[in-house]
Amino acid sequence: MTNVIETKNLVKKFGDFCAVDDLTLNIEEGKITALLGPNGAGKTTTIQMMLDIITPTSGEINIFGLSLHKHREEILAQMNFSSPYVQLPTNLTVMENLKTFARLYGVKNIKQRIEELADYFEIRNLLNKMTASLSTGQLTRVNLTKAFLNDPKLLLLDEATASLDPDIADKTRKVLKRIQKEKKVSILYTSHNMQEIEELCDKVIFINNGKLREEGTPEELIKKFGHKDLNDVFLQIAREDD
Amino acid sequence: MNYGRIKALVIRHLYLYQRSVPRLMDIFFWPVVDILTWGFLTVYLQKVSLNGLNIASILLGAITFWLIIQMFQQAAAVTFLEDVWEKNFLNIFVAPVKVSEFLTATAILALIRIILVMIVISVVSLVLYQYSIFSTGIYFIPFIIILMLFAFAIALFNMAIILRYGTSAQTLAFGLIFIFQPFSAVFYPVSALPAIVHPISYLLPSTYVFEGMRQLVNFGTISSTDIIYGLILAICYVVLMIIFFFKMFAKVRVQGRLLKMDS
Repeated sequence: MTNVIETKNLVKKFGDFCAVDDLTLNIEEGKITALLGPNGAGKTTTIQMMLDIITPTSGEINIFGLSLHKHREEILAQMNFSSPYVQLPTNLTVMENLKTFARLYGVKNIKQRIEELADYFEIRNLLNKMTASLSTGQLTRVNLTKAFLNDPKLLLLDEATASLDPDIADKTRKVLKRIQKEKKVSILYTSHNMQEIEELCDKVIFINNGKLREEGTPEELIKKFGHKDLNDVFLQIAREDD
Repeated sequence: MNYGRIKALVIRHLYLYQRSVPRLMDIFFWPVVDILTWGFLTVYLQKVSLNGLNIASILLGAITFWLIIQMFQQAAAVTFLEDVWEKNFLNIFVAPVKVSEFLTATAILALIRIILVMIVISVVSLVLYQYSIFSTGIYFIPFIIILMLFAFAIALFNMAIILRYGTSAQTLAFGLIFIFQPFSAVFYPVSALPAIVHPISYLLPSTYVFEGMRQLVNFGTISSTDIIYGLILAICYVVLMIIFFFKMFAKVRVQGRLLKMDS
């Protein structure tokens, strides 16, 4: 199995605080991998380093077999990112926002691509609306549309379904699962919803205090820890390190 | 009226003054800048004989050129701030956007805005005051280039500081330019300033434009050497500020502050 992301001995220190501590992990191609851990575990810092938003203190990040440090633009052109905590400009319409990001990613046939994805994420009726007027669920779908604009090989989704009602969250997961299978996109996913992780992810990586704690399929980890679900596994790992 | 609640509201704002440089600047800095600018102008006007001086052209030219430097600087800084205000910074920099591309786009946007501003100014000046902003002839071009380069250098400094210190430093985007106004000899010659600040004036590219503009209006001549010197200075400031911005951007990435700007 080819790895789409490889980190080697990744370290990130903020002063005396070590947010990521000698983290070596592999994200496999064509799978949905969950990056889990309690608040402050180092998930966001790790993802931001993978996006080259934060510079590691030491260690290496290779994406698509290339060094992120040396091939930033080439790598980022084939990736995308979505988080409900990072918003699109609210003073533009959805269409204007999507066109802007399509141009930033060098997408060809922009209008056709946006319309194709708008149908996929059921946002066609939102295209001419102001982004500020959208509901949380609508914004999530627009953010996901933005994330698929460049037909990414790798997608980093940070709590993609956070603050969605169960119905919209379920629909979003189904769309993600479908598009992932069709496009063979590799997804690195963070969430605090363990039921969602069990439903969606092929592999789980647990980190805590910046260190790799466990990895495997959800079933493997549940079996290994002898619990009934991933939620209990999460609680045990998080509390062991307290 | 509840005295306690009024007191609470007053103190709530006073807390901010303890650690807010922009708020302290509103009290201590900007009034001083105004007093310096208009005080030096008054002193100058008291000293000189206005006979033979085209004072209307000098003042209108000064205001026009100052508007150009002020508007260009603000346009560039506000373009940058729009992405900060809209929490869009991360979305831009997780795309394959280079910092150099981001800065170039910012400069182009400021340029577009200043062209529109110049059209408005030229029409209004011509209609209301029969003053043409192009009255400096061919020198209009180097004047504008020097002012825009200097304004962009100041905007780069602003952006780098906002990048580092966040939106608490955004007042700089609107106000920093005015620090240079009293020393740029906008409304009066450098000779009207105390001798001790002459070296500061001559380190500002804008000084050469305003001095040149006055020479041109009054005597019809201008020192090309001064214009070249002003241009070289402006280019040096832009290069220095680009280096400063890149260094600050790298530092912000090390500190993880790019993420915090959006949160």
